[in-house]
Amino acid sequence: MAVQALDAARVPIDWQRLALPAVLVVVAYGLIPAYASSYLVEAILLPFLALSLAAVGLNLLTGYCGQLSLGSSAFMAVGAFAAYNFNLRVDGLPLAATMILAGISAAGIGVVFGLPSLRLRGFYLAVSTLAAQFFVQWALTKFGWFSNYNPSGVISAPHLIVAGFPLDGATGRYLLSVTTVIVLTALVWRLVNSATGRNFIAVRDNETAARVIGVPVLRTKLLAFAISSFIIGVAGVLWAFTYLRTVEPAGFNLDRSFQILFIIIIGGLASMRGAFLGAAFIVVFPLVLSRLGAFLFGGLFDSGVLDMSQRIVLGALIIIFLIAEPSGLSALFDRLKRRIGSRSS
Amino acid sequence: MIGASLGVAAYERAPEISGILAGARPVEDTRQARQSAKADAMLALSGIGISFGGVKALSDIDLEVKGGEIRAVIGPNGAGKSSLINIISGLYHADHGRIAIDGQSFSQVPASRLARLGVARTFQNLALFGGLSVRDNVASGRVYTRRASFVEHIANLPRARREDAGIAEKVDQTIAFLHLEAVADRLVASLPYGLQKRVELARALVAEPKILLLDEPMAGMTATEKAEMAGFVRAARDQHGVTIILIEHDIGVVMGLSDRVAVLDYGRKIADGTPAEVRTDPAVIRAYIGTADGEDI
Repeated sequence: MAVQALDAARVPIDWQRLALPAVLVVVAYGLIPAYASSYLVEAILLPFLALSLAAVGLNLLTGYCGQLSLGSSAFMAVGAFAAYNFNLRVDGLPLAATMILAGISAAGIGVVFGLPSLRLRGFYLAVSTLAAQFFVQWALTKFGWFSNYNPSGVISAPHLIVAGFPLDGATGRYLLSVTTVIVLTALVWRLVNSATGRNFIAVRDNETAARVIGVPVLRTKLLAFAISSFIIGVAGVLWAFTYLRTVEPAGFNLDRSFQILFIIIIGGLASMRGAFLGAAFIVVFPLVLSRLGAFLFGGLFDSGVLDMSQRIVLGALIIIFLIAEPSGLSALFDRLKRRIGSRSS
Repeated sequence: MIGASLGVAAYERAPEISGILAGARPVEDTRQARQSAKADAMLALSGIGISFGGVKALSDIDLEVKGGEIRAVIGPNGAGKSSLINIISGLYHADHGRIAIDGQSFSQVPASRLARLGVARTFQNLALFGGLSVRDNVASGRVYTRRASFVEHIANLPRARREDAGIAEKVDQTIAFLHLEAVADRLVASLPYGLQKRVELARALVAEPKILLLDEPMAGMTATEKAEMAGFVRAARDQHGVTIILIEHDIGVVMGLSDRVAVLDYGRKIADGTPAEVRTDPAVIRAYIGTADGEDI
């Protein structure tokens, strides 16, 4: 372990990265379906999984490729509504195909709103991705076709069936969600460790140098938008179909986009693990705060106070993270592990 | 005002210059037998001019570089040396003039095709990818040879594997050539400055370019590091036959290393020739040390 601490600056070895995911798979498919209460699944794990996947998607674009986006929630909405419509209008379309088509729809929209990235950078790009946020929400509300002319605009999610097995129960939805997240995360993990992933990092770290050595900068940026939006789109399907069980434009507002951005800032940019740590934090934090508030202040701590204090504490935390630990929970985690490691040896 | 500041800069550099003028570094002038000039030019600039907001950074520059030679471009601060390299690599658009790279003529070099044209460069201020290891930084120098798509990379299909293996081999050779083995798996941002400069040279060399543009490769280095770097640059030319255009502030290094030297001052070429010729050129002495009557000093 001491050697590991000395070599901290080196790039970690692959097998170490593989051990943790292996344990997680055992927990995800063995322990949780067997023992977790439906409250844990419905209120914590399902939103956690959907937000984690969205964060993995945004992290690919912002953390790895350096393109700041505030349109995540719009791409989630595109995914959710595309899945609803494919499911509604194409008879007998398998759920997996529905999700892939939803992802592709989100990727298409993502590429369109990624076009400004060819000219704009940083803050200006972030503002231009806001256009996606407002446009998508407007279009989904304006054109009734998207919600099948449902008078309230709120539609309930369809039955979830995979290969004849209904997955509408809490455990079934959990299994669908966790499988989707694992498969897509594994694919993204392979991508970021491939030559394409290194192109993303090259564009992020020095665009001019990347261009001169022959990285196709424009294509790389659009690819990052496409893949990122695909993943965020599928995350939108999970959010609407497995967690909320309804599909409505208002659920995918700007707050959600910020929430996903905060997840990757708190969790750690350009870190796969960071997306999950950040999402866990964002999901669990309000629950902890509400329990803690009720315990300390009793009846005074109502939902209004909870909402307000949640915003204040979260805002303060983000400022603290940006100043004290810009690499997020993921780096904090690493440092803790090293400290424990060096103490035990 | 400008003359005065230049004079001060030149004054600070005077001891270094006088050493060179005294012939501290003898150079063999065998390569300089002037043959048919433009016929074997690897790179030729003609009438290059560029101005920024009305200030002429370069005016009417002609420069011709033969295959396999080390061609230095020197000059005081603000002489336009970096602008020249940025024009050759397509990052700046020249207002007029043409650039011929290995026979292909351009009024504007396409930067995104630079690597495929056989031109690689380093930057005056480091332009490495801080989030990647040394090995991955060097490997990125061969990215222009890759054809496999991201799907092939994710699925690890044969073409992606083949490309990775081929590039890994070249990267290993280059890392060995520049003695970077010990730090190959370190994150590049964690390396000291001198080594980062060397990684940048490695990233350029691994592309196996015909023309290598070095923008102050020894800036900010210690004397030992400079000598080491000069050795690598010479070895790159001798072993791989790459044509090198070298921009450098340290005039001592330049005189010892290069076959021919062009001197820029205020965006004009004031001298061009062998180190021995340039060293005794009155215009060069004036640009570097100020006028003889001492007005500028």
